Amino acid sequence: MSARAEVAVGMSSCGIASGARGVFQALAADVASSGLSCDVVETGCIGACHAEPLVEVRQADGKKFLYGNVDEAGAKSIVESHLRDGVPVTKYLIPEDYAYLSRQTRIILTNCGVIDPESIDQYIARDGYAALRKALTSMTPEAVIEEVKKSGLRGRGGAGFSTGMKWTFARDSKSATGRKYIVCNADEGDPGAFMNRSVLEGDPHAVLEGMLICAYAIGATEGYIYARAEYPLAIKRLQIALRQLEEHHLVGEAILGTAFSFTLHIKEGAGAFVCGEETALMNSIEGQRGMPRLRPPFPAVRGLWDSPTNINNVETYANIPHILLMGSGEFAKIGTEKSKGTKVFALAGKIKRGGMVEVPMGISLREVIFDIGGGIQGDRKFKAVQMGGPSGGCVPESMVDLKIDYDSLSASGAIMGSGGMVVMDESTCMVDVARYFLSFVQSESCGKCTFCRIGTKRMLEILTRITEGKGEEKDIADLEDLAMKVKVSSLCGLGQTSPNPVLTTLRYFRAEYDDHIRNHRCEAKKCKALIRYHVTTEACTGCMLCARVCPTKAARGERKKAHTIDQDACIRCGLCFEACRFDAIEITTGKEMV
Amino acid sequence: MEQAFQALLEEWRGVKGNVIPLLQKTQDIYGYLPEEAMRRIAGATGKTASEIYGVATFYAQFRFTPMGKHVMKVCHGTACHVQGADSLDTVVESRLGVAPGNNTPDGRFTIERVACLGCCSLAPVVMIDGEVYGRLTGDKLGKIVAGIGDEK
Repeated sequence: MSARAEVAVGMSSCGIASGARGVFQALAADVASSGLSCDVVETGCIGACHAEPLVEVRQADGKKFLYGNVDEAGAKSIVESHLRDGVPVTKYLIPEDYAYLSRQTRIILTNCGVIDPESIDQYIARDGYAALRKALTSMTPEAVIEEVKKSGLRGRGGAGFSTGMKWTFARDSKSATGRKYIVCNADEGDPGAFMNRSVLEGDPHAVLEGMLICAYAIGATEGYIYARAEYPLAIKRLQIALRQLEEHHLVGEAILGTAFSFTLHIKEGAGAFVCGEETALMNSIEGQRGMPRLRPPFPAVRGLWDSPTNINNVETYANIPHILLMGSGEFAKIGTEKSKGTKVFALAGKIKRGGMVEVPMGISLREVIFDIGGGIQGDRKFKAVQMGGPSGGCVPESMVDLKIDYDSLSASGAIMGSGGMVVMDESTCMVDVARYFLSFVQSESCGKCTFCRIGTKRMLEILTRITEGKGEEKDIADLEDLAMKVKVSSLCGLGQTSPNPVLTTLRYFRAEYDDHIRNHRCEAKKCKALIRYHVTTEACTGCMLCARVCPTKAARGERKKAHTIDQDACIRCGLCFEACRFDAIEITTGKEMV
Repeated sequence: MEQAFQALLEEWRGVKGNVIPLLQKTQDIYGYLPEEAMRRIAGATGKTASEIYGVATFYAQFRFTPMGKHVMKVCHGTACHVQGADSLDTVVESRLGVAPGNNTPDGRFTIERVACLGCCSLAPVVMIDGEVYGRLTGDKLGKIVAGIGDEK
């Protein structure tokens, strides 16, 4: 560590969106004008997205202080009080025992928010590329695979297949073309998930190192990272990292003076959810429409350009250097019997403290949502947590003590998926959530399989009808019937799992469907056709705020007199409800509706 | 632009898997994919025009009409959905007069609905000209849109 003090600003997408650039500039200017001996540096995602912008002061004596919700005024007081006078600024200080951070186990995120992601030297200073050196100079490819197998690592992209097994298949596969490829799936398309983005933005070299080790293990000479185009910062940092690898001769011919040679390409996705499916992704790299291929042959036998190919997710690769350095035995001590290691989750939705969370497998949902995430916004009632995106499901409040591992989650009807965790409260309508996901998969279906293409459309029509109060009793049976048919008649994982959000909400929230159908009632007061907004005359102060935000002029009235809402003009957008500061807008549904 | 496009075709000639990067970089040059450019990409890659069009229409990123001066992406990821992204659509529509998926008649704005921008902890969010705005309410977004509308 440097003997100079350092101030690090979290510059991930979330940080920048919250104003980290302005804070960085203010800190740099204030430090410069005060003449202090201190460096202002950039770092990646510190993880506490709910408290962005985040600033960490690293004193010359090694002590660290984390500040949250820092604005330009905060930057000024950090410089003047903490850096100059040595007095930490309590107003912005995040306590050392902050459960959000202290309850996590950080392996994948060990460098995120610590190093400058655009500096290979800082990565190397923290044992970066030591695992690659170890593999290339002291282990055979078979020994590397054996180590990965023994660690018990399972794919972090969704299905949870054994990574070591996958590598064995690719290694043992004879290549007709004489070439083998590896691919990193960074097409994080699940809505509500951003773990891979944060890892790529915060520690890109960890992913590249994992890929290099994999290439050595299976005998590949060329690799691709397929990253979402929606992640421009992640792509930029990968490009910088790749350039640094070239400068350090860690890609190309005779890497680290050994016989191992490897070329790496970064491919930008073009916006298609189905490309997260491995065979569709390979078609996309080849420049075709991203439609899945029939399996077998599996990619390990015939993948990219008809050559054996190994595909893993960002987080899977990022685990590899740690496994080689800490040893498979140590790694396997973390987690449960069948789910080893840690998992990174993107915690979002109606949660107090959202962000990036890395926890050991086997931890309960309760610990993540309440102990780490701090519970529900506004202390409202926790209703469900959506896990695994469009392929996953909603786990209800009654199962909050469920252990997070591949098998327990599958049994619940959800999946581990890539790690999106969207928390829902009593104001979330589960029928609407099912409709939302169906609308997503319906528009993202590539159209190859009839049931995925048309079956999901019919399911979406039924769900839309129910949310509009036009549902019928037989709709539920039709939904279940279609769901099973889509599951068994689709070629790829996207189609096979697309009914999951409907099936899990039917399993755990059946009463809500019935309420919509029979009573035209939406308990969460979310479905527009089933609710009415009213002004409570006694509470209304006539501040006119609702009238100002109303897009259709349905909310109206005179200053300082109670307002009214014209039901014929109202489009139930809820803007008045959101704007009112006096709780004077009430929502009715079902029989109470007038 | 013509020169840049010509150079692009040369740069990627013969590179395997060149179709999508060519389309992406062509869109960077023109702001969209003109039909003529797609025909020339077909010529340069040895594919048919229909194959190129088939690839281009498969992916959400590609556009076949010119973009507005400002591009606004309204996020409809899961977190944004449960935090009220629908009402942001309403605000955009009432302020700019067009629904997501369209350009404003004066060509100043292109409004898109996107699946997820990956800033879920700040939901609901929109991205305007590459900048993410988070923790929005209808009122906040209205002011942001009005602010952009003011500058010329």
